[in-house]
Amino acid sequence: MKRVVTGNYAAAFAAMRARVNVVAAFPITPQTFIVEHISEFVNDGIMDCEFIRVESEHSAMSATVSASATGARAFTATASQGLALMHEILFTASGMRLPIVMPVVNRTLAAPIGIWAEMNDVMPERDAGWILAFVEDNQEVHDMVLQAYRIAEDNRVLLPMMVNLDAFILSHTVEPVDLMEPEDADRFLPSYKPEHAYLDPERPMGVGIFTPPEYIQEERYQTHAAMEGSKQVIKEVNDEFAKMFGRDYGGLVEEYRMDDAEVALLTLGTVTSTAREVVDNLRAEGKKVGLVKVRFLRPYPTDEIRSVASRVKAIGIYDRAISYGVGGPAYIEARSALYGHTDIPISNYLAGIGGRDVMLSDIEFMFNDLLKNAESGKVRKELVWINTRGVEQ
Amino acid sequence: MSIGIKDLPEENLFTAGHTACAGCGAAIVVRNIMKVLGENTVIYTPANCLLVFGATYPHIAWKVPYHHVAFENTAACATGMKRALNTLGKEDTTVVGFAGDGGTADIGMQALSAAAERNEDIIYVMYDNEAYMNTGIQRSGSTPYGAWTTTTPAGKVIKGKELFKKDVAQIILAHNVPYVATASVGYPQDMLKKVEKAKNMKGFRFLQIYSSCPTGWRHPTDITVEIANKAVESGMWTLFEAVDGRMEITHRPKERIPVQDYLKLQGRFRHMSEEQIRILQNWVDKKWDRDSRLEKALKMLDESTD
Ligand SMILES: Cc1ncc(C[n+]2csc(CCOP(=O)(O)OP(=O)(O)O)c2C)c(N)n1
Ligand SMILES: [Mg+2]
Repeated sequence: MKRVVTGNYAAAFAAMRARVNVVAAFPITPQTFIVEHISEFVNDGIMDCEFIRVESEHSAMSATVSASATGARAFTATASQGLALMHEILFTASGMRLPIVMPVVNRTLAAPIGIWAEMNDVMPERDAGWILAFVEDNQEVHDMVLQAYRIAEDNRVLLPMMVNLDAFILSHTVEPVDLMEPEDADRFLPSYKPEHAYLDPERPMGVGIFTPPEYIQEERYQTHAAMEGSKQVIKEVNDEFAKMFGRDYGGLVEEYRMDDAEVALLTLGTVTSTAREVVDNLRAEGKKVGLVKVRFLRPYPTDEIRSVASRVKAIGIYDRAISYGVGGPAYIEARSALYGHTDIPISNYLAGIGGRDVMLSDIEFMFNDLLKNAESGKVRKELVWINTRGVEQ
Repeated sequence: MSIGIKDLPEENLFTAGHTACAGCGAAIVVRNIMKVLGENTVIYTPANCLLVFGATYPHIAWKVPYHHVAFENTAACATGMKRALNTLGKEDTTVVGFAGDGGTADIGMQALSAAAERNEDIIYVMYDNEAYMNTGIQRSGSTPYGAWTTTTPAGKVIKGKELFKKDVAQIILAHNVPYVATASVGYPQDMLKKVEKAKNMKGFRFLQIYSSCPTGWRHPTDITVEIANKAVESGMWTLFEAVDGRMEITHRPKERIPVQDYLKLQGRFRHMSEEQIRILQNWVDKKWDRDSRLEKALKMLDESTD
């Protein structure tokens, strides 16, 4: 059923189709509509779940974790300050290997306080043990929430997963979305039957026990291994979804016009769509540029990014957040993956921070800069602040 | 017919082998309460002594499902557990949170108040040992006036806690929940009766239980019951229950003993000056007067309003 809906609606609808048992959530701009739509679904009797209207995001994540630890399929959603308030409990979700799914509407984390698109909310959570997916459009929001449960609940994975979508650009913007029929969703996503963690008086188990040094390091290794192993599962689920519904997202990354590209720009989120158009325009001028949509920051697509670097003469990474004193987080990740594997110039482009529009001309600048780097074999500028008052770009 | 001590089953659901200090009030409270709650129960504990002495991997004293997430979220986690059980066809399983006074009066109050407002179908037990014991005896909002703790030391200028104990049970009573009670490790019959009552009700149920801590209060382990009795006889601890808001004092001292008789048994009060003891006595007199008046006002709440 195709309908014109916002990214927030797509997320809420997919949660309904996933037949989540428990939802605990708290409103925050620009995620609020997800909570409101779920409230409507529940009160209209079309969504059968326990909906806990908690008093904070800390309690939202706590109740979600405990519902999942009890054995239920659990869902929540947040943004920005709300995600920061959840921080402590995010680590519990992964440490207990709970397959919670949470859309995060990426918004500025104060100060200065703002409500528009920025990824400085999710970037500090890269070490929390959650799978981190980034989406480009509302269809992908919908599809990834459903895929997320398949990935997260796979016995080889058992990790929580965030589906990151840009504030307003997706959350509040309508696009045609193919909303899944219940029978199709049920065919794709069976119900959750945990074997590793649940709270059942008929088979008592401790979930969350105080643990001495003799055991924690092994737990950390296992969680790391599961995150590594999720790469394979992400690809399998992507392929199965593509076979069933005809939409193929490419797995960990999607390459766009990379076949004979001399330079590649790595993007996250909605900027990808703008960059596709720029690639088409520059290709028409005969410039050999290509695009790599990074769909996951955790697990990090190390092999895929190394393969890209081996095929081009310069690589650039787009970031909508800054790690003060270093550079953009996506850039830090890419450089770390490429260390020792390439000699080509690597540069970082910061744009769209605080929700500023990223224009076609901004991305054109990035590609032209990359072409110059490719030609000289040197990095003109490592950290390029695009369209920033008082800063030469 | 309510349950008596001799009716309790032999079997412990919180078993021997836990690592609490000798004479730990909380351990006695939990062990006995579990006998009333029974096997069809799941437990949450936040960060506190009970978290550590009840289970340290790979050992566990709990014979029922047991869960911990963090310090400030007992009511939120218990809510998540209960709601999940509802969706898994286990509506009859009792969900109980055992939190300390710090996890309740201080850092857990926000989640607690919200769960009470939502009338979540859970039992919340606050075992009150009047300080953060797990981290080494720091003051909490529930620490009484004058008490020594490591953050309210008996210094040369300031001696002990300068502020008064927060009345958590009354805060929860103001949420209009089905059941609120106080109990004490020194009055097991009264405590078990209240737990049984709570177990057989639905909605949000709250018990605040006086749980002495020989290590933190600086008293010999063999006078736990004597201290608990003196707390009630002096009026420092009011035993009451409120079903649907109808408050009733369940044990009224015939004649209240001076607070000094309670204080002198514990090292945490040893440094108190006569002036401090007078201030505390004054506070107790007022508190007792208030509790008695509250009882009078709330006991006979019009039933036609139900
Ligand atoms: C967010 C957070 N802050 C601080 C702590 C450290 N901490 C653990 S237990 C505890 C005190 C618990 O006191 P209480 O609830 O009274 O239980 P008790 O230890 O007395 O049994 C503290 C401060 C923590 N675990 N989490
Ligand atoms: Mg305490």
